[in-house]
Amino acid sequence: MKFWRKPLDLDKITVPHGEVHIFKDRCKGCAFCVEYCPKDVLDMSEEFNIKGYHPPYVKNPDDCLECHLCEMLCPEFAIFVTLKEEEKSAKVPINKGEK
Amino acid sequence: MEEPTKAIKEIHPDPSATSGVHPMENLLRMERMPHIWCPTCGIGLAVTAFTAALTKANIDTNKMSIVSGIGCTGRVAGYVKLDSFHTTHGRPIAFGTGIRVANPGIKVVVFSGDGDLIAIGGNHFIHAARRNIDMLVICVNNFIYAMTGGQVAPTTPLAAYATTSPYGCVEPPFNIPYIADSAGAVYVARWTTLHVRRLTNSITEALQKTGFSVVEVISPCGMYYSRINRLGDGLDMMRFYHDNVEIRNGEDTKNLDIGFQTKIICGKFVDRERPSYMERYNQWLSEVKGARGEG
Repeated sequence: MKFWRKPLDLDKITVPHGEVHIFKDRCKGCAFCVEYCPKDVLDMSEEFNIKGYHPPYVKNPDDCLECHLCEMLCPEFAIFVTLKEEEKSAKVPINKGEK
Repeated sequence: MEEPTKAIKEIHPDPSATSGVHPMENLLRMERMPHIWCPTCGIGLAVTAFTAALTKANIDTNKMSIVSGIGCTGRVAGYVKLDSFHTTHGRPIAFGTGIRVANPGIKVVVFSGDGDLIAIGGNHFIHAARRNIDMLVICVNNFIYAMTGGQVAPTTPLAAYATTSPYGCVEPPFNIPYIADSAGAVYVARWTTLHVRRLTNSITEALQKTGFSVVEVISPCGMYYSRINRLGDGLDMMRFYHDNVEIRNGEDTKNLDIGFQTKIICGKFVDRERPSYMERYNQWLSEVKGARGEG
């Protein structure tokens, strides 16, 4: 992650990483999640789902910061984000975004 | 939630589903999904914000009832796992008033569209605001009667095309926050579907208020409003909201008119206290009974 200056508490706070889960067959291809992901994690795929739409796929899985914006912007309830498994047990305080 | 039957599972196999359950599934009737709303419609986002607000507000969902009328947004009651009423056209506020008065322990949410609440149900809307009945009204405004094929609604902006206005709409539209404010609502806010976080916070706040609260949600209608007016699909409307929405909290509700493709002012406009209908009624009843010696 890039910073324009080094934060003073960088060693104390860990940036969370999320894992994006997509229910491809619920998707209707509106691309709201792809358009508004602040880290460009998602992109539209070329494949078709059961309804004939193009669902998104996770392009840059390591960039996800668990902000849950794609989850909030999905009209089909087809995408959600969880904290990565290895970070769930982490002892360091995690700087969680607004939920 | 009821386990879907084997037949439904066979019709809708979901082999691509990743492990885990969507966090909103406990508040939705997943057996009725996929919902009927078109691709790039914004009503799903209003439901997302509403379910997120329910989780955030930490409200007992067993003591809550959701009432919808007719129209695209009228389907919401069927998709949300609360005590749901899908009522006749324009009457959700009347049904909600009945629920609230018959059982004052229940929190009523009216979730309906602009054609249902402001056109056919316009009188119920202003009179419920006048009486200050304790309910939350979420009015999804997509500027058109979408389910019946894109006719002119009382919120269609001037000069916008619709199936029944081939030369552009000549009727000045309603300003929903202004009606609600002047009729006496205690909480009035307007957000677009792009502002999901602010919308969630607004609904959470409005759920805690006692009195008639109105949250207007401006929603894209990719299939009728923006197709007939050649504005692209819902994603282009979301981009338009991104560029043309101005947030002015506490703005005078007179200035909130929406023109065709003009700036949209969003924010929380009214947040005040007024005695609600049930409070007034109970107080009046005890006074009268006391005077007659019946109390």
